Amino acid sequence: MAISPSTQDVVLARLKGRRVDLKGVLFEALLLLALLLSLSILITLMADVLRGGLGVLTERGFGFLTAGLATFSADTAGVKQGIVGSMLTLVFVVLLAFPLGIGAAVYLEEYAPDTTFTRFINVNIRNLAGVPSIVYGLLGLALFVEVFRPLTGGTTAISGGLTLAVLVLPIVVITAAEALRAVPDSIREAGFGVGATRWEVVRSHVLPSAAPGILTGTVLSISRALGETAPLLLVGAITGYIATGGQSLVEQMRSSFTTLPTVVYSYARLPSQDFREVTSAAIIVLLAVILLVNAIAIVLRNRYERKW
Amino acid sequence: METATLTPIVQRGLRARERGGPFVPGEGRTVIEMADLSVYYGDFRAVRDISLKVEEHLITAFIGPSGCGKTTVLRCLNRMNDLIEIARVEGRVSYHGVDLYGKGIDPVEVRRRIGMVFQKPNPFPKSIYDNVSFGPKIAGIEGDMDEIVELSLRKAALWDEVKDRLKESGMSLSGGQQQRLCIARCIAVQPDVILMDEPCSALDPIATARIEDLMQELKNDYSIVIVTHNMQQAARVSDMTAFFTAEVAESGDRRTGVLVEYDTTEKIFTNPSEEGTENYVTGRFG
Repeated sequence: MAISPSTQDVVLARLKGRRVDLKGVLFEALLLLALLLSLSILITLMADVLRGGLGVLTERGFGFLTAGLATFSADTAGVKQGIVGSMLTLVFVVLLAFPLGIGAAVYLEEYAPDTTFTRFINVNIRNLAGVPSIVYGLLGLALFVEVFRPLTGGTTAISGGLTLAVLVLPIVVITAAEALRAVPDSIREAGFGVGATRWEVVRSHVLPSAAPGILTGTVLSISRALGETAPLLLVGAITGYIATGGQSLVEQMRSSFTTLPTVVYSYARLPSQDFREVTSAAIIVLLAVILLVNAIAIVLRNRYERKW
Repeated sequence: METATLTPIVQRGLRARERGGPFVPGEGRTVIEMADLSVYYGDFRAVRDISLKVEEHLITAFIGPSGCGKTTVLRCLNRMNDLIEIARVEGRVSYHGVDLYGKGIDPVEVRRRIGMVFQKPNPFPKSIYDNVSFGPKIAGIEGDMDEIVELSLRKAALWDEVKDRLKESGMSLSGGQQQRLCIARCIAVQPDVILMDEPCSALDPIATARIEDLMQELKNDYSIVIVTHNMQQAARVSDMTAFFTAEVAESGDRRTGVLVEYDTTEKIFTNPSEEGTENYVTGRFG
């Protein structure tokens, strides 16, 4: 009688062997390629900008930030008005888009009955967030520059700021609504269960719990507003020289303005090679500001994020 | 007289007296009365024609298989169902004779008197102290808040465990402690009735036993209605038991909850009148 192989041998024979998973390997390689390709495009872009602009920045340092717009000599060109203008327009985003957007979100999530109408509004807000920014520019031109000219003074920082506020409003609403939706219903029930009114539940429990998420969303919408160019060109962010010296804040608000991205645009249009470097330097400043804002958002989210 | 010849309800009453407990089923005052209560979610009737009386200072348990509407009925008792937009109530729920769904009744005031403890412990993401003090603060209850907090935590058998860390987050406690914190939060508002919706289903057996002991103490001060999936729990803690089941509705595959039998816990578990109850409590069904 032949000695039958032991169980161990049989199992070993069955378990041994490497599967040649050609499709799997190929798929993984494709995914890696996609990642490397998109990264390399980004890196090339960054490298190009840094190569062109870092020289100007290291050479002139802080001076580049405080120098005004100049179209004739690249040596004296700076981004001061861009920084000031961006800050001025952001004032409107913070003062208008945040309270309005958060208020609308709280109403939609906590108060509005779940009807076809509110669902219609919800869908539309999402669509509004996807509307190309140039359309908001046209709206700003028609509304803030033309209709409300007596109030805004026409193509001023006020008009620009209002346009940006309207532009990011849907984004603020959506992110705030998502933060509110992330608050579990058990917290609301707990509040109602001890005899709290809706206002008390929202104020004492829902809003504090959603605050980190809302904050992150609003900070991200700031970085979106900081990067917008097209709508501001329409409402008259000018590309030439503007004065920034010695005016009061109100006067600045009611005068011509420019912002960081429009400064980049205006330098990019100048033909001289020297201005290419200035353009790159301005881009670096813009990217640095936006990265800084995004970093703040990430830090806030990580610090206050709550797990349920 | 031989005790054995007495009816179970009287035997139970005697035992309660021996224990020093003054509360006997069938002798107390009615706190909550449901009469022909039906609850609809949209067009769907979730429970129908529930009639039962909850007596003062007793623990009343709602048992029955999943989907039989126990929780739905419980949430009608303090108008928590109001929070569900499509929910609609028919029939009458009265509290000390007052129709809770009557005109001009403020659900917020109802919930201050009829508190609730939920299935999953849901402390506010705030300090232990703030968890307990929130209710009395918004209710405008007079008195020293520190005292109210301490008393509530003592009543919930949690004080000794948390007295040195009242400023820590309520979320930092264990599951069982969180649930006792929720009970403390509930009694801080000085309610009359406490509704408990499967308060131990997320807890381990030791934490469950603590809550059950606590319920026995709490019933001296409050009337308690508890929904439970756990029949042993109902048998252990409750004085009265209501058995619900789900019947296939007239139309379609959805199921409507009905009350099958309501009696003393002893009767329900030892000598139920309905076959359905017997099948359920002996484990043959559900």
